[in-house]
Amino acid sequence: MQQIIFDIMIKPISILGKYVILMGRVFSRPERIRMYFKQYVNELYQLGINSIGIVLLISFFIGAVICIQIKLNIESPWMPRFVVGYTTREILLLEFSSAIMCLILAGKVGSNIASELGTMRVTQQIDALEIMGINSASYLILPKILGLMTMIPFLVVFSIFAGIVGAFCTAWFAGIMNATDLEYGLQYCFIEWYIWCSFIKSLFFAFIIASVSAYFGYTVDGGSISVGKASTNAVVSSSVLILFSDLVLTQLLMG
Amino acid sequence: MIQVKSISKSFEGKTVLDDINFTFDNGKTNLIIGQSGSGKTVLMKCIVGLLTPEKGEVLYDNRNLLGMGKKEKKTLRKEMGMIFQSAALFDSLSVLENVMFPLDMFSNDTYRDRVRRAQFCLDRVNLLDAQNKYPGEISGGMQKRVAIARAIALNPQYLFCDEPNSGLDPKTSLVIDELIHDITTEFNMTTIINTHDMNSVMGIGDSILYIYQGHKEWSGTKDEVFTATNERLNNFIFASDLLRKVKTEENKNKNL
Repeated sequence: MQQIIFDIMIKPISILGKYVILMGRVFSRPERIRMYFKQYVNELYQLGINSIGIVLLISFFIGAVICIQIKLNIESPWMPRFVVGYTTREILLLEFSSAIMCLILAGKVGSNIASELGTMRVTQQIDALEIMGINSASYLILPKILGLMTMIPFLVVFSIFAGIVGAFCTAWFAGIMNATDLEYGLQYCFIEWYIWCSFIKSLFFAFIIASVSAYFGYTVDGGSISVGKASTNAVVSSSVLILFSDLVLTQLLMG
Repeated sequence: MIQVKSISKSFEGKTVLDDINFTFDNGKTNLIIGQSGSGKTVLMKCIVGLLTPEKGEVLYDNRNLLGMGKKEKKTLRKEMGMIFQSAALFDSLSVLENVMFPLDMFSNDTYRDRVRRAQFCLDRVNLLDAQNKYPGEISGGMQKRVAIARAIALNPQYLFCDEPNSGLDPKTSLVIDELIHDITTEFNMTTIINTHDMNSVMGIGDSILYIYQGHKEWSGTKDEVFTATNERLNNFIFASDLLRKVKTEENKNKNL
C-alpha cells in the first residue's frame, strides 16, 4: 500500500523537483559560447534537418487522407463543395501540423535525445565532462532545447505545405474532387492568427520534447536496460505532456 | 599532495566507506587496491568530488574540496585529469578533437597552438598517427591512451585513473601502466590509480592503499607487499598460485 502511495503521489513530485533543479543547471551561464554555438549548430542538423524527411512524408499522406475522409463523410447536397478544402486546412493548421506532428517528433527526437544522453551517462562521458569542470547539463541539454525550438517553426511550415500538397494530389491524381473547389476552400475565411497559434504551440511542444527527454536521458542510472527504459519514459511522458499542454494552450489562444 | 581525512560514505544505510585516512604523495603513483565492491571507486569519486561524503575532508595541497565554492571548485577541476574505466571518449569527436576538447573549453590559446598541444599529447602516448580516427575505430588499449592524452592536455597537477587496465591484455596493461608512471614522474603529478591488477601493484605501486570492506586495511609500498603480514592483504594479493610462488621465492632470496 505504501509503495502504491509512493508511486502515485510522491514519485511524480520528486521527478518534477529533480526536473526543475536540472533545468536550473541547464539555463545557467554558458562557459564558452563558441563551444555551445558549435553544439547548437550540430543540434539544428541532428534534431531539425534530419526530421524534415519524416515530417514531409507523414504530413503529405495525412493531408491526403484527411481530404479523402472529409469528402466521403460530409459530402451532401446541402454542403458547399469547398468545405472539404476549408476543413482540411483548419485541421492541418490548428492541430495536425503543431500537436500531432510534435507527437510524432516526440517519438523520433525524444527517444534520440534520451538514448544519446543515457548512453553518455552509462559510458561515463558525462562524468568526464563534470571532472573537466564543465556544466554537463548546460553543455549537453541547452543546445538541444534551443536547436529544436529554432527548427520547429520551419517543421510546422513544411508540415502544412506537405499536407496541402497531399490534399491537392487527391484532387489531381485520384480525382475525388475538383481542384478549384479545394483551392477555394483552402483560401476561404483564412485567419492568419491560426498560423501564429500553430507556431506558439509548437514552440512549447519543442521545449517539452527536448527538456523532458533530456531529463530522462541525463538521469539514467544503471546499464543498457535503464537506457531503454529512459527512452520509453521520455516518449511517453513528453507525449502526455504535449497532449495536456495542447488542451491548455488551445483554450488560452483560441478561447 | 592529496590528503583524505576520515572519509565516510553510505548508500541507503549501508556503509561503503568507513573513516578512511590517507595521504597521496606528489610525484608518485598511488594505488588504491581492493576486491570488487570494497569501495575503491566510491573513494575515488569522493576524492574527485563526483560524490559527497557524509563525513571527512579531502585536501588538495591543503585546499579543502568539500568547503569550496563553485568558482574555486571549477579552478581546481582544471588542475585534474581523469581516465575512466571505459575511457569515456566522446564518440562524435575524432581522436584529435577529443584531446583538444578541454583545451577548446578552457584554453585561451590560438587554434594552431591548441592543435599543437593536442598533437604533443598524442605523440606522448604514441598515437599521433591515429589523430583523425574516431573512438569506435580504434582498439581498447588505444582508447585508454587517448584518454591519457586528453587527461594531460591541460597539464594537470592531479591525475586519477579508475581501473585503467580493465579489459586489456597483460602486455597492453603494462604499456598503460608504464605510460602513467612515466607521465607522473615527468610532470610531477599526484596520481591515484584504482586497480585490482597485481601486475600494476608490483610494477608501479610507489604507494599502496588496501581497502577491505570500506575501511583502510593496510598501506605501504610495492616492496613492503612481499613482507606484509596482514592476512587479508596476503589473501587478496597472493590469491593466485603463481604470485604465491613469487612471494615464497622473494622471501627465500631475502633470507639468503
